[in-house]
Amino acid sequence: MSKNAKSPAKNPSALLATPYTIWMIGFIVIPLLMVVYYGMTAKSDGAFTFENIKLIAQPENLRALWLSILLSLISTIICLVIAYPLAMILRNMKFKSNSFIVMIFILPMWMNSLLRTIAWQNILERKGVLNAFLTFLNLPTLNIINTPAAIVLGMVYDFLPFMILPLYNTLAKIDENVINAARDLGANSRQTFMKIIFPLSLPGVISGITMVFVPSLTTFAISNILGGSKVLLIGNVIEQQFQKLNNWNSGSGLSLVLMVFVLISMALVAKYDKGGDSTSVW
Amino acid sequence: MVKLKNFFRKFYLGLVIVFMYAPILVLVVLSFNSSKSRAKWGGFTTKWYSSLFTNDTIMTALKNTLIIALLSALIATVIGTLASVGINHMKKIPRAIMIGITNIPMLNADIVTGISMMLLFLALHYELGFSSVLISHITFNIPYVVLSVLPKLQQTNRSTYEAALDLGASPIYAFFKVIFPDIFPGILSGFLLAFTMSLDDFIITHFTRGATVNTLSTMIYSETRKGVKPEMYALSTLLFLSVLILLVIINRKNAYQAKKKER
Repeated sequence: MSKNAKSPAKNPSALLATPYTIWMIGFIVIPLLMVVYYGMTAKSDGAFTFENIKLIAQPENLRALWLSILLSLISTIICLVIAYPLAMILRNMKFKSNSFIVMIFILPMWMNSLLRTIAWQNILERKGVLNAFLTFLNLPTLNIINTPAAIVLGMVYDFLPFMILPLYNTLAKIDENVINAARDLGANSRQTFMKIIFPLSLPGVISGITMVFVPSLTTFAISNILGGSKVLLIGNVIEQQFQKLNNWNSGSGLSLVLMVFVLISMALVAKYDKGGDSTSVW
Repeated sequence: MVKLKNFFRKFYLGLVIVFMYAPILVLVVLSFNSSKSRAKWGGFTTKWYSSLFTNDTIMTALKNTLIIALLSALIATVIGTLASVGINHMKKIPRAIMIGITNIPMLNADIVTGISMMLLFLALHYELGFSSVLISHITFNIPYVVLSVLPKLQQTNRSTYEAALDLGASPIYAFFKVIFPDIFPGILSGFLLAFTMSLDDFIITHFTRGATVNTLSTMIYSETRKGVKPEMYALSTLLFLSVLILLVIINRKNAYQAKKKER
């Protein structure tokens, strides 16, 4: 009953988390603090400065950030619009185990994602697979390779599974009796959806949104492959600061700007996902 | 009416699956293209499948990729499973802190995780290479294991474990006999998820690999400008097919066992 009962010595099992705690402090917390340190100090003399963060206000960086936000918002919305009906369909198909669904949407990851993105070049090119197909059907051809539209397509393609799986997980958990009860009490299917199903699926929606939005916002590989290096996103700008210009300070400063968006999504997840289980992909 | 609705449902599901698998089909077709260029079809060939095994750079990259994926998934599974047991025994506040830390690499942008780890290695004058990539893969893999195992632990019944202790089992013996079988599916799916994530990672490897070590991802990225070697298409086709076959066998076996149980 004393306070001592709560001390770790009386609860030795909690100590099993020690290696993990040390690992995460050493390789997650400290490195992030280093980004903050480099982002707020000058390259020349290491003095405290906001100059690195202010770099975001330069016109070309600001344009890259706005374009990134715009494209990742569009891809997130498209993913949600595609994935929600799909997750509902999968839910209604009532598989005995969810291994089939996981299999279908995780399996593509075994083909390297960069290669799959390169394959989209083949599909979208002026004389690519898609246009050959459209010509065959006597439809007008599409020329979207090396444009922002191609980048959006790449983002939707790469991150769609991260929207489908959390949505399906939360939808599959909804008790059929709750839905039946709403129906018995006279709700039509639209009311049942708006008042019961959608609110209960909100944790999955939120975690799906963050799991698509954050990687889309920060990608540099997709824009490089499908944008033909004509379209610069904020990820490309940061990558260049580190790999081409070797400027850790300005790169860190710009990363701190990105962190603001990541923190907003973390706060959203923390607010809606009390159970803490919808971030798990399966 | 119901039939029509069912048709639309299946049609929609089929459409999304076509979208997901179309690029994979393209890559499989390219692996049989005798022309070196991605852009034109030069006739059917299987030569890339044989020259693949004599291509040292690809074979080294493949070896690195598989060793890093296997080691990082194994180490992450051990640390992550221990951590889950520990977290499960924690009081509310430390537990919330631990789950918060676990969520950081899951929700953080890969580019920031990669950069932050690169800065750490460089500041410690730790040479970038195989081991720095391995360490960073372990780091982003542990949370996947924790998030797979922890829910299973919460579902286990504490009383059976305590009963085992009352009957004279040591805590370790009781853990392996009572709790471990219950959480094993979680451990397995955590391991597989970690292995897959490591295999498919590009961004974090890109920043922590230095100049000497290549995985398949970083090798493909460096080739995007001048054109990916056709052997790479052959290799990924082989990798993909072997996983597909493995999964079909596992699924068949599970379905067979489920049928047997029903009888």
